[in-house]
Amino acid sequence: MTAVTEAPPPLAPTTPGKKPPRRRGRLTPYWLLLPGMLWLVVFFALPMIYQASTSVQQGSLEEGYKVTWHFVTYWDALSEYWPQFLRSVMYAASATVLCLLLGYPLAYLIAFRAGRWRNLIMILVIAPFFTSFLIRTLAWKTILADGGPVVGALNALHVLDVTNWLGWTAGDRVLATPLAVVCGLTYNFLPFMILPLYTSLERIDGRLHEAAGDLYARPWTTFRKVTFPLSMPGVVSGTLLTFIPAAGDYVNAELLGSTDTRMIGNVIQTQFLRILDYPTAAALSFILMAAILLMVTIYIRKSGTEDLV
Amino acid sequence: MEQYEPDRLAPAQVAAIRRSFRNGRASFTRRSLLRASAGGALTVGGLGALSACGIPAAGKTQGGTSAEDHSAKEKVVNFSNWPEYIDVDSSGKHHPTLETFARRTGIQVKYTEDINDNNEFFGKIKPQLAAGQDTGRDLIVLTDWLAARLIRLGWVQKLDPANLPQAFANLAEQYRRPDWDPGRAYSYPWQGVSTVIAYNKKALDGIEVKSVSDLLDNPKLKGRVSFLSEMRDTMGMTVLDMGKDPAKVTDDDFDAAIARLQKAVDKGQIRRFTGNDYTSDLAKGDIAACVAWGGDIVQLQSDSPDVDYVIPDAGWLTSTDNMLIPNKARHKANAERLIDFFYEPRQAAQLSAYVAYMSPVDGAKEELAKIDKASAENPLIIPTKDMVAKAHSFRALSDKEEAAYEEKFAKLTGA
Repeated sequence: MTAVTEAPPPLAPTTPGKKPPRRRGRLTPYWLLLPGMLWLVVFFALPMIYQASTSVQQGSLEEGYKVTWHFVTYWDALSEYWPQFLRSVMYAASATVLCLLLGYPLAYLIAFRAGRWRNLIMILVIAPFFTSFLIRTLAWKTILADGGPVVGALNALHVLDVTNWLGWTAGDRVLATPLAVVCGLTYNFLPFMILPLYTSLERIDGRLHEAAGDLYARPWTTFRKVTFPLSMPGVVSGTLLTFIPAAGDYVNAELLGSTDTRMIGNVIQTQFLRILDYPTAAALSFILMAAILLMVTIYIRKSGTEDLV
Repeated sequence: MEQYEPDRLAPAQVAAIRRSFRNGRASFTRRSLLRASAGGALTVGGLGALSACGIPAAGKTQGGTSAEDHSAKEKVVNFSNWPEYIDVDSSGKHHPTLETFARRTGIQVKYTEDINDNNEFFGKIKPQLAAGQDTGRDLIVLTDWLAARLIRLGWVQKLDPANLPQAFANLAEQYRRPDWDPGRAYSYPWQGVSTVIAYNKKALDGIEVKSVSDLLDNPKLKGRVSFLSEMRDTMGMTVLDMGKDPAKVTDDDFDAAIARLQKAVDKGQIRRFTGNDYTSDLAKGDIAACVAWGGDIVQLQSDSPDVDYVIPDAGWLTSTDNMLIPNKARHKANAERLIDFFYEPRQAAQLSAYVAYMSPVDGAKEELAKIDKASAENPLIIPTKDMVAKAHSFRALSDKEEAAYEEKFAKLTGA
């Protein structure tokens, strides 16, 4: 979290008798802040107030909705949909860990080993994201198709027996199972992991590696004691950028999942658009927001990188 | 390896998937909430703001439903419809029927494909209609249940029968008296939608599928069956299969059907509840059999010869997408002329030849036979007499029933 520091007012001119420009100068920073503040009010504060209000209303479309301070909605929503909350956190966490495991080596490769291929690999990482989120997710339906080569190979290697036992897949298929949803989440948010990792790895001074070698550190020790700690800001921001949107995502669960993989985003969407229960949908959104805020705060405290993110 | 090539999705399929898919990433909530909040929340701050909000009761539109009709002065009509739901010429840019209409009447149709999903579109126009404002649209196309809701809320205008002579004369008998708009005072069908059972011959490999019971009970189909995420389609077909009439469904019938489906979900029989995205799964054979929409099947069959359909003995479900004129529309008379125009059998045939949904217009079959013989013989486009006899529709639900049924169905589908 960055601390907001106010820009210092410009230095007052020393020559006497020129007061008007000085006064105008003092106000300049506030005028410059105005568009940003307006943006925040219109696109953040107002919707938040509106949603908070909705969450404590009661009524129906035909009778209208009135604020009755009905806080029980929160309790009802939580006790009804806690499994979906838990599932969202678990899927998002699994996807984040997978992204880190896949993304770190790749970011490392791009930053230190890619040489003249660096730009090409970066483009390859980003290029798929020029197409629609929806189309990319649908592509996974083909990749993981029941009779396809991926599922065939997994079956031949008896991997699916293990995942079936773990409850990640069902029968001889991957689609419409938790594994498919986590795969989709991992794929869709991978660049959000790779890009921050790459920027913080790329900034590391190569001479530090030489120094570590000079001090008889083996490559692994160098990585553990030098590279990884220095890349922590990238790890933290990468995990946050992956976890937060993944926890609220509903597209992957909708297209790649089944009835037992619905995430909290699906519930909110159904409540809002289908059942038209706006208070419950608003309450669920606030609970999700609070839960994520809490988890992120704890995570940042634990990782001790407040000043680096 | 050929069969594993990534799908080349036709634009129609992409549009269909989008359509099935409410909204791209929650963009709607923020936009419409903002608009809705602008009135209430702007002026107040702090906690007081919370109670100042609230959403006014529907139906109390200020200053009546109609606006001054500018039809005579402004020769336009703003028509909002679903993607891929009108005829297109080979260049893909012109709509021949709309151009004929413009030539004949001098009225230009501003055609917009901005309805991707009933629920989403309702969210989009709700703030304006609730506030008694013009939505900027003169004609919109919505599925039965949403059309029923708008009529119930008093958000659409009564049509003037004097402007609709052909529509009145040519509307097919089976669509004349829906319980939510008897006598078609507010709405006229654009196209009819059929819900049937579809299957992939290759994937079934000799397994017989003739009814919803086969889908739910045959252990050989475990995990290879899908149902639609539209509550009325899935529940209607299941209720029919249990020997009840969806047009008279009671809470008990509904609960019994939910329990029956729940059992199938619990034992892993049902793979997913889907929007239009079942089409690619069915073509690939990942889904062996499913509840499906007739229009999709006609389009699928042209590419995948293995896909076929069956009308269960218990019957099939029919619904319509309906043209409606929202409150405060500026060009009501023009919109009515356009509705009437599409009830001319020749225009209806031209439309059906392209979109492959059921035509609600009597006499369209003869005209269609002149353009495209195969389509005219396809019961999914022009239903046969036997088929019409087996058609059923889901009854209109009240506000409270709708919420309760949707909630139960949402639980069934996982959320």
